[in-house]
Amino acid sequence: MLDFLASVGRVFIGFLGASGRFAIFTLTALSHCFRPPIYFRLIGRQMIDIGYYSLPVVGLTATFTGMVLALQTNTGFSRFGAASATATVVVLSVTRELGPVIAALMVAGRIGAAIAAEIGTMRVTDQIDALSTLSTNPMKYLVVPRIVAGLVTLPLLVLVADIIGVFGGYIVATYKLGFNPASYLHNTADNLAATDIFSGLIKAGVFGFIVALMGCYHGYHSRGGAQGVGAATTYAVVSASVMILLFDYLLTSVLF
Amino acid sequence: MSETLSPAEPKISVRGLKKSFGSKIVLDGIDLDVGVGESLVVIGGSGTGKSVTVKCILGLLDPDGGSIKIDGQEVTTLSRGHRETLLQKFGMLFQGAALFDSLRVWENVAFGLIQGRGMDRQQARDIALQKLGAVGLGPEVGELRPAELSGGMQKRVGLARAIAAEPEIIVFDEPTTGLDPIMGDVINDLIVKCVRDLGATAISITHDMASARKIADRIAMIYKGRIIWSGKASEIDHSGNPYVDQFIHGRADGPIQMEVRAL
Repeated sequence: MLDFLASVGRVFIGFLGASGRFAIFTLTALSHCFRPPIYFRLIGRQMIDIGYYSLPVVGLTATFTGMVLALQTNTGFSRFGAASATATVVVLSVTRELGPVIAALMVAGRIGAAIAAEIGTMRVTDQIDALSTLSTNPMKYLVVPRIVAGLVTLPLLVLVADIIGVFGGYIVATYKLGFNPASYLHNTADNLAATDIFSGLIKAGVFGFIVALMGCYHGYHSRGGAQGVGAATTYAVVSASVMILLFDYLLTSVLF
Repeated sequence: MSETLSPAEPKISVRGLKKSFGSKIVLDGIDLDVGVGESLVVIGGSGTGKSVTVKCILGLLDPDGGSIKIDGQEVTTLSRGHRETLLQKFGMLFQGAALFDSLRVWENVAFGLIQGRGMDRQQARDIALQKLGAVGLGPEVGELRPAELSGGMQKRVGLARAIAAEPEIIVFDEPTTGLDPIMGDVINDLIVKCVRDLGATAISITHDMASARKIADRIAMIYKGRIIWSGKASEIDHSGNPYVDQFIHGRADGPIQMEVRAL
């Protein structure tokens, strides 16, 4: 019995320790975002990596998401004679929910893993220590540019994903399901409010921060060579994905 | 910030340095002095605390106890900002060179000048190419990526980076590990030349006795987290210390017992 309690205690203390380390890392990273020097060139490079190079994968998933959504909505709503609501359902689902979440999950897989692997490799090959000995703060040089770039770039990506996703729904609705193109677009525009788009962009900003933060945190604390870097990459993607879904619920309950 | 250094005061003074990782005691009261312009080599087996000692001196690890003074100034209590300023006195050659993969060779060498000291890129590039020349590498190497270099060339680039800002103190972590004996000797010669030309104070950690004999003014041996012998490099063959004798002759039999489990 005592052994069992000791095991539970060890796990709990370990959890508290990990939570504390994560909180300190997050606060330290945030505080460095507002203190010079700010490496604008590195932020620009990260924005290209996170945003520009993620466009194909995010665009592709947004297209198919919009297309599937139009098909499923039409199938389901036709049973209640409400097929005309397809355009509204597609645009609201994409802008409020699926655009930010799908784009964030794609970026978590592509960028979160890359950040963790790059910083993790730098950790296990002493490159982060080398930065310190060259009078350069690794948090400022490695972590801040990625977090700022994630925060700024994901909303831009989601804006593009929203447009492409709605367009995907439009293509299926008009060419496959026989909707009138003009009335479909009319319904889409009529039922879309600015708050629908902005709430999605707010979510995207939070998700971008989470993806970059998780990649940086797990990479920064990786240990033990190639195996440690591999584990850091897995943790970064899994934890970012879970937190994206958790914060999606929290933000939805606050914003709507 | 720094205090005036009396002529007799060491450049680096370590007293009672302690560091543990969990229940494993790695440093158990290290005492060490390095004089101005002196080259000290710390020898010892794997896992005896050599790297941890220099990482504590550089501030990469926080010691659990003890004192580290650089130029008479206590550094264990320095804030992050003051430590970054202090680190401008240091150059470091890492065991695996630790070159930044994403940067070209000349950008690696010039990194401390550009990021640490805010120097203009063109001026820093000129200095980087000059330092690459000092370690026997031509300007064409400056345009390559670290992954395109051999192990020996990477060590030379690491050395060029360590001396680029003409530091007062240079730390060499296992400078010849992984190199063939000839390239190891080339690196040793470069270390001796660079340290002499700069008039720098040097701390090297190694278990390569050929390297230690070549670059050391003084040698200290670390065992189980303590300095068990220290003396001039020329005296090491007559140390009278059985641990030192066993180590420098590489004998399996002696007071140092390796923890090897039976098959």
